[in-house]
Amino acid sequence: MGMDREMEEILREMRGYFNTGKTKSVTWRKNQLTGILDLIHENEDAIFKALHLDLGKHPVEAYRDEVGGVEKSVNKSLSCVEKWMAPKKSDIPLLFFPAKAEVLSEPLGVVLIFSSWNFPIMLSLDPLIGAISAGNVVVIKPSEQAPACSSFLANTIPHYLDSNAIKVIEGGPNVCEQLLQQKWDKIFFTGSSRVGSLVMSAAAKNLTPVTLELGGKCPAILDSFPNPSEFKLAVKRIVGGKWGPCSGQVCIGIDYLLVEEKFSSSVIEQLKKIIRRFYGENPAESKVVSRIVNKHHFERIRNLLKEPLVAASIVHGGLIDEENLFIEPTILLDPPLDSEIMTEEIFGPVLPIITLNKIQESIEFIIAKPKPLAIYAFTKDETFKRRILSETSSGSVVFNDTMVQFLCDTLPFGGVGASGLGRYHGKYSFDTFSHEKAVMHRNLILEIEPRYPPWSKFKLEFLKLAYRLNYFGLLLHMLGFKLGLKKYN
Amino acid sequence: MSFQDSDKTKSEASAFDAPAASRLVTELRGAFASGKPSSYEWRVSQVKALAKLVADHEQEIVDALQKDLAKPPLETVAYEIAMLKNSCKVALKELKHWITPEKVKTSLASFPSSAEIVSEPLGVVLVISAWNYPFLLSLDPVIGAIAAGNAVVLKPSEIAPATSSLLAKLLGDYMDKSCIRVVEGAVDETSALLQQKWDKIFYTGNGRVARIVMAAAAKHLTPVVLELGGKSPVVVDSNINLKVATRRIIAGKWGCNNGQACISPDYVITTKEYAAKLVDALKTELEKFYGKNPLESKDLSRIVNSNHFNRLKKLLDDDKVSGKIVYGGEKDESKLKISPTVLLDVPRDSLIMSEEIFGPLLPILTVDKLEESFQVINSGPKPLAAYIFTNNKKLKELFVMNISAGGLVVNDTTLHLAVHTLPFGGVGESGVGAYHGKFSFDAFSHKKAVLYRSFIGDASVRYPPYTTTKQRLLKALIGGGILGIIRALFGWS
Repeated sequence: MGMDREMEEILREMRGYFNTGKTKSVTWRKNQLTGILDLIHENEDAIFKALHLDLGKHPVEAYRDEVGGVEKSVNKSLSCVEKWMAPKKSDIPLLFFPAKAEVLSEPLGVVLIFSSWNFPIMLSLDPLIGAISAGNVVVIKPSEQAPACSSFLANTIPHYLDSNAIKVIEGGPNVCEQLLQQKWDKIFFTGSSRVGSLVMSAAAKNLTPVTLELGGKCPAILDSFPNPSEFKLAVKRIVGGKWGPCSGQVCIGIDYLLVEEKFSSSVIEQLKKIIRRFYGENPAESKVVSRIVNKHHFERIRNLLKEPLVAASIVHGGLIDEENLFIEPTILLDPPLDSEIMTEEIFGPVLPIITLNKIQESIEFIIAKPKPLAIYAFTKDETFKRRILSETSSGSVVFNDTMVQFLCDTLPFGGVGASGLGRYHGKYSFDTFSHEKAVMHRNLILEIEPRYPPWSKFKLEFLKLAYRLNYFGLLLHMLGFKLGLKKYN
Repeated sequence: MSFQDSDKTKSEASAFDAPAASRLVTELRGAFASGKPSSYEWRVSQVKALAKLVADHEQEIVDALQKDLAKPPLETVAYEIAMLKNSCKVALKELKHWITPEKVKTSLASFPSSAEIVSEPLGVVLVISAWNYPFLLSLDPVIGAIAAGNAVVLKPSEIAPATSSLLAKLLGDYMDKSCIRVVEGAVDETSALLQQKWDKIFYTGNGRVARIVMAAAAKHLTPVVLELGGKSPVVVDSNINLKVATRRIIAGKWGCNNGQACISPDYVITTKEYAAKLVDALKTELEKFYGKNPLESKDLSRIVNSNHFNRLKKLLDDDKVSGKIVYGGEKDESKLKISPTVLLDVPRDSLIMSEEIFGPLLPILTVDKLEESFQVINSGPKPLAAYIFTNNKKLKELFVMNISAGGLVVNDTTLHLAVHTLPFGGVGESGVGAYHGKFSFDAFSHKKAVLYRSFIGDASVRYPPYTTTKQRLLKALIGGGILGIIRALFGWS
């Protein structure tokens, strides 16, 4: 109860601060964005250390997937925020002359960001950049499952950002629950669909709009490539998209791979070759593979692999080191489709390969499952590409590569159906945290009489012509020429 | 009447329960999966069919609204029929353009590549509409849903029963039944529908039901658009053409379904010294519009039903406001009519000032200085619309910057609704999401990000030997401080 009241008090103060209008100014927004830049520059080593503690992430990976991405987002926002804030003029029909219309983006108010543990820095700061760019005050609740990063954010952010407007609240499920009892103007959530659904239910009590960034089973489709160098590059990119970031613990990572049966053995050979090249003969010893985040998730993945028919389908890897929470890059060939590994999001370093007679069957395979966050398709067949685009639905589609859509900030990033709702990145982040206010300006000089009662047939006909924007007809009508009048009683 | 009765027995014979709703959704999902509604031809044919439906049955629509709300024919034609026709026209004219994938620049980090945003239909969507503009608010979202290529179920409001059954009949006759359906009914039917998994729910109505809708949607992670209302204020300055302003306030308040409209002015704020002038002007113009006995005027809608009549009566009976009526206040319970009523200086803690009025009562609040009105407005929940009448440029600017509402209109009321290039929707308590014109299409579309990469371009830039051009390119790539990203894209090399 005490905690509740404390939280209410914090929020009241933050709302008061928002109401002063300070966070609406360009200067404030830019200062905060620069603050984030300083934060990551001056604390790069501390960030690397925290990510290593929480996930065993290699510094290069940490830079690529977290610090580098944040830096890019901040720079983008810094250079564009003024343009984004500028009112957008809308065309309006001559009928309303003289008038002008515009759309003005305004901050929503006090917003809440729940981030997740797999990219604990990026997924906290990237939405924060959007919220700040849009002029909101923000509470961030980092994931308690990445405790070193959570406390890093809590301890560091107040030194770099306006602490009246940006607060980090740490904690587990209890704190989440308390936060969800408060009234927010927007909730931005990254995580699982189970919790996403709870967040949205709580948001409904206050009609709070939500953005839910979830996951799903993202498939990769690998067509045949007669050109061996293209085939190798495709497999390399698949390895990068599966095990590269955070050892498969990533929402847009490849979940499973679809190939034609006749190619499966050559695909497996090539996958093994590249895994060896990337991670060496003994991946457990290599420092470049992240570990599984915690015991709970380790157990979960281990259980997925324990199912006898699944265990029997392992064609590579499968080594498990409980002490270090390490699971080797593992490949399965045709595990049962009703096994849990093929019905649940894997979120770990295990790649099931599902073989098909013809690669085109992958479309049916994918649409029978909930809509994923991403679909990766390696093919040069233009017809097949078009079919994938129009017959499947997913947050994004990438042809001939993996993961890069996350970095392309001109593209909206977000899911559809089970993989989430709402989108962010670049301008979309700004829009996610803004209300687009319609503004119409009129003057008090010209007036169109037929707008007003008492109603008459003349006025009725006038309005009909007006709505059709039939100016010539209007003119005739005003001059008293008879037009076909419909009768209403 | 007989038409309504026969309809009633029919619906009683086959109650629409959760299993029925589930069958309906399964059926529509099958139709959607066939790919039919996604095609451009289907979308155009259905929007055209809708336009034809409206054009062919103007008189019946006018009659239904007269039954449900005693809505003056002109209001029906102007605000429901003409608006709808316009929406169809805009959709037909722009659809080609809307469905064309939007090319976007790709960042250097993923060079060489091309990217586009593809609008795809969400799937099977539910539209729940309201009783006050029962025709427009049912079909306007449906146009967006069809234009975006979805299968649609429409649940019209049972509080406007004549329009509801007309919609069921006409949509059945004119639209593709395999993808577009109407489910009539009240709470039970709506609950049965809300238990199903939809790909979007578009709800128009009040905040209480909106919360139920959103909570139901949360179970299936269904995105929602909630078009609600709120207390939309009108700020009136003293340096204005009072006659024009007054007439525009009246048109927005009583000329819109007798105040039963979500964007109708709810209350007025003006200065203490100007209030008397404003009241006089309102009296004069109201009398010009509706005569000496407004209860008899055919140009005013009635109150929709006795529930709402009693609700409004209660607002007037509140001790705090009963002595504040300066114009009107007449009621005729048998005809569910309330005359245009103006109240002056009602206390802010009265009932009428604490909930949305949604009827022909207009309270006027007075302040010492007009700037104080901002504080009054901002102390309440965010309204769907806010209006100001002023010639003071500074005040306009302050109003636009400081008032948060779905939409703002300076020197007029409600007109922004008719401008399809403006997003129409609320913020905070007044709603989530927006529609009209392209915004309707977007509300029912998923914006799919598509990135194309090639193998050829990739090879030439990534690998040695390096030329000056490549070197420049690589410098540009790395220049953004994204070395790590590039390294990743190079596959750790």
